[in-house]
Amino acid sequence: MTIRITRKVEFSAAHFYHNPRFSEEENRRVFGKCSNLHGHGHNYTVEVTIAGEPDPETGMVLDLKELKDILQREIVERMDHRHLNYEVPELAGKIPTCENVATAIWNLLEPKITKGKLDRVRLYESDDLFAECVAESNGAGR
Amino acid sequence: MNLSLTRRYQFSASHRLHSAKLSEEENERLYGKCSSPYGHGHNYAVEVTVTGRVSRETGMIVNLGDLDPFVQRAVIEPFDHMYLNEDIMEFRDVVPTTENVCREIFRRLRGFPLAKIERVRIEETSKNSFEYGGT
Repeated sequence: MTIRITRKVEFSAAHFYHNPRFSEEENRRVFGKCSNLHGHGHNYTVEVTIAGEPDPETGMVLDLKELKDILQREIVERMDHRHLNYEVPELAGKIPTCENVATAIWNLLEPKITKGKLDRVRLYESDDLFAECVAESNGAGR
Repeated sequence: MNLSLTRRYQFSASHRLHSAKLSEEENERLYGKCSSPYGHGHNYAVEVTVTGRVSRETGMIVNLGDLDPFVQRAVIEPFDHMYLNEDIMEFRDVVPTTENVCREIFRRLRGFPLAKIERVRIEETSKNSFEYGGT
């Protein structure tokens, strides 16, 4: 029997969208307000879901304290109160869109989850926008 | 790993759950206060999930500058502040339960040319939600 556990974490960061291969005019047309080179910021919320069988000894898939520490190390310490365009090596050379930040978080977390399996990462940039990564093994698909 | 992007929209509309094929008594029994003759309303939240390749040029599955106006034109403008039973042609003969509203919204959006519309999820109130992905 698979159980899924979800832990939420928040961080605040700055970013902007700019493609150096585009002209300034093209950057403005494609990225709109997000192209302001001074950047702007969001309060991001990340929901991380781990799927697995509860350990018969502890009754837990993964100790939430352990998960909290992993999220603190891998997400909060790297991204909280940082500028995603300049200060996060995992996003170097990438436009820090919701899609790319969610993918970077997935790639950071996946090797660190040793009990259970990373099942889902949902990154809210605001209440009305989120990107979601779901494991192939999740029966719900996308 | 499969990646998707979800955007949330809102519209407010009234509806009445009532079938012309049923007697008044049957309507009352089946739909209860939702069949009240003058209709009632909700603030609907609509989540639209898209999938597709992340463009190397933009870092995006879809540019909200393209998705937002498409959803606005296809769904939000025609539905917002309307009486679904009368003002939306598709509900003249179909009871506008949120199951049916969800299916109709998915039908209207599925032709979006720039990414795949994976599913539509509607919250009719904060306590109930409906999801449809075309199958």
